[in-house]
Amino acid sequence: MAELNKKEELGQVIIRFSGDSGDGMQLAGNIFSTISAIVGNDICTFPDYPADIRAPQGVLTGVSGFQVHIGADKVYTPGDKCDVLIAMNPAALKTQYKHCKPTAAIIIDSDSFTAKDLEKAEFKTDDPIAELGITCEVVPCPITSMCIETLKDSGLDNKSVVRCKNMLALCLVCWLFDRDLSLAENMLKAKFAKKPEIAEANIKVLHAGYNMGHNTHASISHTYSIESKQKAKGKYMDINGNKATAYGLMAAAEKAEMNLFLGSYPITPATDILHELAKHKSMGVITMQAEDEIAGCASAVGAAYAGALACTSTSGPGICLKSEAINLAVITELPLVIIDVQRGGPSTGLPTKSEQTDLLQVLFGRNGESPIPVIAATSPTDCFDSAYWACKIAVEHMTPVILLTDAFIANGSAAFKLPNLNDYPAIKPNYTTPEMIGNWTPYKRDPETLVRYWAVPGTPGFMHRIGGLEKSNATGTISNDPDNHHLMVEQRAKKVALIAERIPELNVEGADDADLLVVGFGGTYGHLREAVQQMNEEGKKVAHAHLNFINPLPRNTKEVLSRYKNVVVAEQNMGQLAAYLRMNIEGIKLHQFNEVKGQPFNVATLVEAFDKIISE
Amino acid sequence: MSEYKAQDYKFGQPRWCPGCGDHAFLGALHKAMSEIGVAPHDIAVISGIGCSSRLPYYMNTYGFHTIHGRAAAIATGAKVANPNLTVWQISGDGDGLAIGGNHFIHAVRRNIDLNMILLNNRIYGLTKGQYSPTSSRGFVSKSSPYGTVEDPFRPAELCFGARGNFFARCVATDMSATVECLKAAAQHKGASVTEVLQNCVIFNNGTHDSVYTKEGRAKNAIYLEHGKPMIFGENSEYGLAQEGFGLKVVKLGENGVTEKDILVHDAHCADPTLHLKLALMEGPEFPVALGIIRDVEAPTYNDSVHAQLEEVKAKKPYHNFAELLETNETWEIK
Repeated sequence: MAELNKKEELGQVIIRFSGDSGDGMQLAGNIFSTISAIVGNDICTFPDYPADIRAPQGVLTGVSGFQVHIGADKVYTPGDKCDVLIAMNPAALKTQYKHCKPTAAIIIDSDSFTAKDLEKAEFKTDDPIAELGITCEVVPCPITSMCIETLKDSGLDNKSVVRCKNMLALCLVCWLFDRDLSLAENMLKAKFAKKPEIAEANIKVLHAGYNMGHNTHASISHTYSIESKQKAKGKYMDINGNKATAYGLMAAAEKAEMNLFLGSYPITPATDILHELAKHKSMGVITMQAEDEIAGCASAVGAAYAGALACTSTSGPGICLKSEAINLAVITELPLVIIDVQRGGPSTGLPTKSEQTDLLQVLFGRNGESPIPVIAATSPTDCFDSAYWACKIAVEHMTPVILLTDAFIANGSAAFKLPNLNDYPAIKPNYTTPEMIGNWTPYKRDPETLVRYWAVPGTPGFMHRIGGLEKSNATGTISNDPDNHHLMVEQRAKKVALIAERIPELNVEGADDADLLVVGFGGTYGHLREAVQQMNEEGKKVAHAHLNFINPLPRNTKEVLSRYKNVVVAEQNMGQLAAYLRMNIEGIKLHQFNEVKGQPFNVATLVEAFDKIISE
Repeated sequence: MSEYKAQDYKFGQPRWCPGCGDHAFLGALHKAMSEIGVAPHDIAVISGIGCSSRLPYYMNTYGFHTIHGRAAAIATGAKVANPNLTVWQISGDGDGLAIGGNHFIHAVRRNIDLNMILLNNRIYGLTKGQYSPTSSRGFVSKSSPYGTVEDPFRPAELCFGARGNFFARCVATDMSATVECLKAAAQHKGASVTEVLQNCVIFNNGTHDSVYTKEGRAKNAIYLEHGKPMIFGENSEYGLAQEGFGLKVVKLGENGVTEKDILVHDAHCADPTLHLKLALMEGPEFPVALGIIRDVEAPTYNDSVHAQLEEVKAKKPYHNFAELLETNETWEIK
């Protein structure tokens, strides 16, 4: 045991919880990040869980991790490597220690390192630390036995007792980072409101662990505190990207005075959007769990036809199936929001991992000339704004809109300042008005925006017929005329292109005379931002432009990209955005940084790659 | 009395082949709608792809000609999002039972209040003559030059297998009976399936010959009416009676058979066993059953969805976005 330890002030720290997928690591990590946010730290989290619900206990494929990055100032990513790793068993240690900094402290549950446990994790010797060549500080704590000892009189069965051990791990971390346990207590009471005996047991374990840390200093040489810098005043909540997406849809429906409809089919990692919206029937939200992905989208097209703010949520494989119904909304010019929470592909691929590999699919993966606005959310909290924008564009421009998020931002969470809808732009669906009776045809367009007027079934005087066959310009009757078809193709494209007039310009963070402009889109914002910031701190001239709107591109995109002598497009695919930019900006020269590992970017790797471009 | 005439529901000039059964069916639909009396602007007619799916273009209502097989799913979304609409879903046998088979059974299972019309000509007409999922084994077509080697679906069997509560059958050219079926389908709350036997003059001429003419029906069909004995034949000389686990045709007056031995049709019976037996009858042994075979009330999907919304609205304290935000655990930075 060490002597009384030092307390160290830190600007930021990265902590990774890991254990069996049934060990409750996600809950422990969530509670810790929320209480850190409550005391005013900035947070960014990354749940890294396996596709198996419960792999056999103790095996390497069943390890579930949760990484949280806590900072006094703004943090943009869950961080590359951690300062503290909690490993609840040998399998967790083996798979997770590679995520540790050399200076990290690793806390292990010494009770779960028996010969049998080591064998399950495929260790060959009885010294896992030496076998893995771990050089950082390893702190063995008898987590399971402490848990059993604390709860021996609780009356709970053994299984329930052992399930509380994640709280012991949590409280060790709380002690290490000087966190107020009452916040964690409140969260546990809320979480187990219907099972007070479980809440009580968890709280008891929490205190026992805190005291263990305090009395023994847990053999750790430091405890830490992270101060809080002043953030914008106001109320905050913790939110992940899927929840923020659901909230954005509900906010837009209220603003547009429309009923929200979601047609969806369960698919990782998008299902939580369905779960979230299904809860809020008191808001008038209709969710329909359809018989398949196709029906999820088709029912939404039907709901849109009947006048709802209609959405469908899915991941890449679901987009493949929905493409035909999306195209029906393209030709009938009906508003529809399609949310693609991207995951690793192709095919079933890596269902729980994150990629940006659906970009070209959503831009071009349909038959015919089929232009669709595409928006990519940049962070968990930005999912709210992006979903709101997607709805606004859909109903104001009578078009399906694709919202791209990804597994990383969908599951990652951050502190979210409660939005005030008064600060958000109005949403005005392009409805017909009674004065138009007699002077209206289904494809008559607003001359400025080329948007057709929406006559919702049930409106007297506007009975009409639409469908998937090509239409005559303005009148909307079926037409096979060659010139008319060409005109309609052009009008659909122009209508979408004109949306560029209504969306924000591309913003550059950094100097105009930078040696390198880093360009990305969607969920990589945080990692690219942090890499660029780090290089700026090292005195390098690097700027960052991040695309939120991909189709149409912001109207100044060409001008921005042409300003820099070096432009690198960094994306989690093999160069899809780069290809799209080359197609749209003639003659542009782009460097590429591409990595498709199913994992978030690593800031150090990015810095190294960008450095190389500058020095060449 | 309805304030509308058949004319009020008509639009445009149908482009089906001369002699196609769809013409006759369209006329019956216009007439039925005028008798039902729902205003044209409160009706949405939603179809898939195929010859019969062109039908919405000939309706002076809201019409949506969608994509192949998906009409039931699209109609489901429209009805649940806007329950005030009366929604008719039009499909052929290929559209509804092959590419759209999954949506067909799930719409029926959910019991969404759609009037689902299945125009069954046992052929793909628009793609010029391939066998369909209702073509009988051995059927020779362009895609089965040596005859099919697969058994067909029987639509009623699918409907009942999916727990359907309404099934009617009519012949496209049999105007008054078709109108009656359509009116009953519209009146039924929940998913109603009406199978319309319809002839394709070009690629499958004569497929329903035994019942396509008035004379044929007199010999080879039975009109089922709720509460009435199941009697048929040119001179009403035959009846249906139960035998063991099945049905049999009996002749009145023969072997002491009297009217009291004849089954009385009960369309409202919750147990579908006999409805299925009736729906599956085929010649020459049995007459083809026409009319409303099953019509049983059950909670509809759209009503249940909206009832649940109201129930939760009354129970939960938040009803707008600002109130929703406050249901979360929040903290304040001052």
